[in-house]
Amino acid sequence: MRFALRRGDLVALNDVNLQVRDREFCCIVGPSGCGKTTLLRILAGLERQTTGELHLLVRDPAKPLTAMVFQEQSIFPWMTIEDNVGYGLRMRGVHQSVRRRLVAHYLEKVGLSHFARAYPHQLSGGMKQRAGVARAFATDPEILLMDEPFASVDEQTRALLQEELLRVWESDRKTVVYITHSIDEALILGDRVVVMSARPGHIKAEIEVTLPRPRSVYELKSTPEFAELIARVWHPLRREVLGSFGALAS
Amino acid sequence: MTVKVRPARATGGVSGRLAEGATAERLVSVLSPILLLALWEALGRAGALDTRFFPPPSAIAGAFPPLLRSGELFDHTATSLGRIVIGFLIGAVPALVLGIAMGLSRLLRAALNPMIGALYPIPKTAILPLLLLIFGTGEASKYAAVAIGVFFLVLLNTIAGVLSIEPVYLDVGRHFGASRVQIFRTVALPGALPLILTGIRLGWGTALILIVVAEIFAARSGLGSFINNMYQTFQVENMYAGLIVISVIGYVSFLILDELQRWLIPWRGSRAV
Repeated sequence: MRFALRRGDLVALNDVNLQVRDREFCCIVGPSGCGKTTLLRILAGLERQTTGELHLLVRDPAKPLTAMVFQEQSIFPWMTIEDNVGYGLRMRGVHQSVRRRLVAHYLEKVGLSHFARAYPHQLSGGMKQRAGVARAFATDPEILLMDEPFASVDEQTRALLQEELLRVWESDRKTVVYITHSIDEALILGDRVVVMSARPGHIKAEIEVTLPRPRSVYELKSTPEFAELIARVWHPLRREVLGSFGALAS
Repeated sequence: MTVKVRPARATGGVSGRLAEGATAERLVSVLSPILLLALWEALGRAGALDTRFFPPPSAIAGAFPPLLRSGELFDHTATSLGRIVIGFLIGAVPALVLGIAMGLSRLLRAALNPMIGALYPIPKTAILPLLLLIFGTGEASKYAAVAIGVFFLVLLNTIAGVLSIEPVYLDVGRHFGASRVQIFRTVALPGALPLILTGIRLGWGTALILIVVAEIFAARSGLGSFINNMYQTFQVENMYAGLIVISVIGYVSFLILDELQRWLIPWRGSRAV
């Protein structure tokens, strides 16, 4: 699968040309306000680019093109966890028996089987975000979109959630576009890290992450290869971050 | 320096004291109205209160048996309740649908907000004469009075409820392919429900007020007209009996609404109460 996206509008994104390979875990990092989220929202069909085009190679027309794991709290407080996880399937008209099976499967994968009938207010932030991940995976999309899904949980929980995401993804390889502002996170998860410039966002650099899989979050962080990769991502990113500081100051 | 922590004794410990406190609270809240009634009774008998206007509780209690036996009080109560329920439904259902639509549509809000803003502050009791002209003195004018009062409260709270929904939930709905109707059902309605119920609560309270006023104003039946008749014939004990029935209706209906809320909003957990 490959797609290109271009947005000629100078407001948010400018000439973004990105190709994501089939079953690739592609992470996008960039300074805050660079239009990462806008890019993802265009991919998710929540916004339209003003100019340019988007090509998605569709393998199975029955599947949804994309499924998004939203930032922070996005599972419905008024539905049980199983209803939340099955929401995408229900909206696509998937039959109840099939839905039940898929929901149970993904609840199991993210360790929430015991909380199927619970309401979100009974769960911790990390558990809610797992439900969000399960909801997106359950619809079996061509591309999985993730918008800083673990930004609002604490450090330890984030490491656990990353481990878990790696495990789910490695058993169920999907094309992923993952947005984060954390270089660590991008390197831990991604096959490739795309560095975006300050606004108007365009692509500054692309770094292949050659770290072997399966990966373990804590072991990985202490390897020299990891440190070297951080330097390679930080170098182009630094100027952009400084640039966006300047833009804020002026 | 040493710090000594004395273990709480089994009976006099924190939990024991809390339980004692709770019992005391309950006792006080039962005793205080009884004391007030006793004081009222005593002052009435001692001649300190004018019993023409403040008949002692025992006299008011004595007014109930004949009223109940004749079925008079029951008929009036049933009539008023019927008017409230019908008027309430006529007002609340369109308000709910319109409120959600307005909450979701900026254009609709822009179109209707000025009119709502201008009409809402008019005291609903002030339009009763107009309603009588339009609908006559029959049932229709009573339904209309209740419906108009309920309409605005449910409408405004429903709009506020939809607007209070985090935008991300609407994004989730759209992103996962929900149709307009599905967004309405799976996001807007449940998301707005807590405030909708607040509107229903306020609407119900207003409905009680409006029906009594409308019945005092122009009706041959209902609790308002009953109170008015007793006033005309100076049967003060019976007026009080009518007031007590209205109070009981209000109290019981709010208990029912509490239960409804617990049942409709299970995701709020204990916070809803």
